[in-house]
Amino acid sequence: MMTAPFPALGLILLLPALGVAFNIFLGPRLGRRAVNFAGPAAIFIAFGVGCWAFATLLAMPPGSALTVTLWPWIEAGSFHVDFALRMDALSAVMTLVVSGVGALIHVYSAGYMAHDEDYARYFAYMNLFTLSMLILVLADNLLLMFVGWEGVGLCSYLLIAFWYTNPEFAYNGRKAFVVNRIGDAGFILGILTLVYVLGAHGAWTLAFTDMRAHRDILAEVWAPFGVPVATVAGLLLFLGATGKSAQIPLYVWLPDAMVGPTPVSALIHAATMVTAGVYMVVRLNFLFILSPTAMELIATVAGVTSFFAATIAIVQPDIKRVLAYSTISQIGYMFLGAGVGAFASGIFHVMTHAFFKALLFLCAGSVIHALDGEQDMNRMGGLWRKLPITYATMLIATLAISAIPGFSGYFSKDLILESAFNSGHFKLWLLGVITADLTSFYMFRLIFMTFHGSSRVDPHRAEHLHESPPVMTIPLFILAVLSIVGGWVNLPKGLLWGDAFVRFLAPVTGTYHPMIEVSGAAISLIALASTLLGILFAWLLYIRQPELPGRISDALAALYRTLLHKYYIDELYNLVVSRPLFWIAGPVLARRVDKGGIDGVVDGSALTVENSGEAVRRVETGNVQHYVLVYLFGVIAIAAYYVYLVIR
Amino acid sequence: MPLWLFVFLAALAVLAALGVVLQRNPVHCLMALVVVLLDLAVMFIGLGAVTVGFLQAIVYVGAIMVLFLFVIWLLNLQTEERRVAGSIGLRFFGAVGAAALVAELCVFVVKAPSTAGLSHVPPTFGSIGAIAEALFTDYLIAFEATSLLLLVAVIGAVALARRATASRTRSPVPVSPAVHEQIGARQ
Amino acid sequence: MMSVPPSWFMALGALLFAIGAAGVLIRRNVIVMLMAIELMLNAVNLTFIALSRSLGSIDGQVIVLFVITVAAAEAATGLAIIIAAFRNRETVNADELNLMRW
Repeated sequence: MMTAPFPALGLILLLPALGVAFNIFLGPRLGRRAVNFAGPAAIFIAFGVGCWAFATLLAMPPGSALTVTLWPWIEAGSFHVDFALRMDALSAVMTLVVSGVGALIHVYSAGYMAHDEDYARYFAYMNLFTLSMLILVLADNLLLMFVGWEGVGLCSYLLIAFWYTNPEFAYNGRKAFVVNRIGDAGFILGILTLVYVLGAHGAWTLAFTDMRAHRDILAEVWAPFGVPVATVAGLLLFLGATGKSAQIPLYVWLPDAMVGPTPVSALIHAATMVTAGVYMVVRLNFLFILSPTAMELIATVAGVTSFFAATIAIVQPDIKRVLAYSTISQIGYMFLGAGVGAFASGIFHVMTHAFFKALLFLCAGSVIHALDGEQDMNRMGGLWRKLPITYATMLIATLAISAIPGFSGYFSKDLILESAFNSGHFKLWLLGVITADLTSFYMFRLIFMTFHGSSRVDPHRAEHLHESPPVMTIPLFILAVLSIVGGWVNLPKGLLWGDAFVRFLAPVTGTYHPMIEVSGAAISLIALASTLLGILFAWLLYIRQPELPGRISDALAALYRTLLHKYYIDELYNLVVSRPLFWIAGPVLARRVDKGGIDGVVDGSALTVENSGEAVRRVETGNVQHYVLVYLFGVIAIAAYYVYLVIR
Repeated sequence: MPLWLFVFLAALAVLAALGVVLQRNPVHCLMALVVVLLDLAVMFIGLGAVTVGFLQAIVYVGAIMVLFLFVIWLLNLQTEERRVAGSIGLRFFGAVGAAALVAELCVFVVKAPSTAGLSHVPPTFGSIGAIAEALFTDYLIAFEATSLLLLVAVIGAVALARRATASRTRSPVPVSPAVHEQIGARQ
Repeated sequence: MMSVPPSWFMALGALLFAIGAAGVLIRRNVIVMLMAIELMLNAVNLTFIALSRSLGSIDGQVIVLFVITVAAAEAATGLAIIIAAFRNRETVNADELNLMRW
């Protein structure tokens, strides 16, 4: 393994940072054109630098890394953390995905936000998000990663609540923030656990390479809990991942996050930020593989989440909510890959998902833009004539997410399912296959309801229905190409260059060792059949017999309502968590403790002072002679002391 | 100083002092105070403080008392003070306090180490030359500071007593320029 | 020649001082209160002079000189204040000049 200093890594962070400063301080003054140029340009140049670094990395032997220490950050006794960046194979992939997809979405945003007055603030947030995300993926240690982790959480909040004048949007932003805080608390506790345990063994560091070198410490059984340190830390860190990556139980914020501008949903809530949890687990794979408990939990949570979210997605009427639940479901796949030990397959799916899910969101944004803000699929239909480019690109993305052979999603999802099967997780594999069926069903339902059939568009809106401008469609084209070819970097073993991507990541993620060897082709065929079944159902229900869905939902009214209301999880959380918290905060803490106790003490002391002052001020008669009298008695008293001294 | 003279002067001083405190008319009070001051001036001279005694007569009686008189005249205060004293409480406690003070001071006087044998002093003791020598050597800084104090007092008196500015509407007592001159000149 | 002991002078000073203090307390007229203060100052002056003679030191006399000067300054400003107060309140009675209170 070889590391080489590469100071230009700092540029990857500096450029978005400059973009933030520019858009905040100069943006509103220089106007829309300058912002529309500077915002994407900063990310594009960062992407260029990223490509340069990637090319450098490729030229080096496998397992190499580029590093730069920007400055020493924390020096506390033996504990030492640098503000240092490190680009190995894993970081390189993530950097290119984040900056590349990010740059395309920035360009698209220039068109999408063309009628919004707050464009400068928007691009400032977007650049800040990209900066934070790049810190997250390039961080050389866990603490710096946490800085990026919190930064993306902040930007997520800011951008969900971008149109903050709408109280519901602002509420959803807060919800996302608060739910993420719960996960972040787990993350912090995980970091503290590692610092505590490693420090106790004299390894005062949080750098990934050093932690990896001290695996033996992490594998030890931690006395207070009776389980390996890795299990404790791993479960806490995974709690953070469930918050950021919207897994059970902390997924509830993501569907509500869809109130933000659609490019935001594409960038943050589909392509990059929500996969940060996967990245973190893969980055700390040396920690997680030490704990079979944690791995098993991750795989189970991931499989269940994946299925669970897909069932909700099949009935949602809102185009963006369908995609949101789809995202939760797909992230479940990624965690499933990581959980069964095939870390590289998870990252592979992160990458392909970034392409096709960003594309899906951008296409949805294009539809919404064309329909002037309409998001309900019941008021769409037959749009493919009016929006041909959007339709074509969205269809490509749908084929990709449905894992049709040849498209990117096929390769990554197939790899995950194969790994799950070959590691012996048959139930989870079956769940994944069923989910694949549901995935193709809800995705084609979306396509059919939006673009096919008779138009249900509000006639008022139908008048100025238009295809989006080139600034929005060009990113669609590029992402459509990537959605197809993005998966070709990792073909099935033995075909052409084979699993090049997995081999590239292997020095970081470790090699996956299957327990059993079943032919990939057979597993693949089962999944494919499941997928095609889903498409068939969607075609039957939404093209062939459009009245059928209504009848089914009437027949299964209870189930339908449950799905439509997302299993009433939000209501449950409200009842179990929010209500008691509000009760404690309101009637108990605010009224009893604060108003009664604390205010009582404060007001009481003020009242005491006031009353005693009221009493004592009577002494001040204003008559000089009274003062003189007191003065005289003072003199007499002092003289009396001397009299005492004299006659003693 | 012969004993008879001391007894006479002391009795006169106490009587006059009581007059200052007990008479109703301020002018009469003032006259009684003049008597006390002159009485004490004589005592000073008898105690060898010739210069100080004369200064007492000139400055106190000649300047400060005249200033008092001017103000009384200016404010047209004759006998309008209805009550001699303030409230009963003040009168009572004032008397008690004064008596306590006298008692305490008398204890000091009685108990003080009797240095009755007055030290022998040179004939120039208390002359202008002797005082000036002390004043311009040991007490120079205090002397200069006192001059500053007088300057401040002049400015303060003028500032306080000057006619109201335009913003103040009510000015019941017109102040003649003479007052300013008096206040200034007598310093 | 000196047959009167200094303590007698001091006793006289104490008596005058007490009378002056009583005057400050019982008189309503501020001008008369000021006179009573002058009386107290002079009572102190007397003890200074007596002790100066008794100890054969010139310092007491110099201090009396300062006291006279300060008394002059005090009388000038005090009377100026009385004039100003009278102009505003039309009274020189201490118990009526009682704005300096609650």
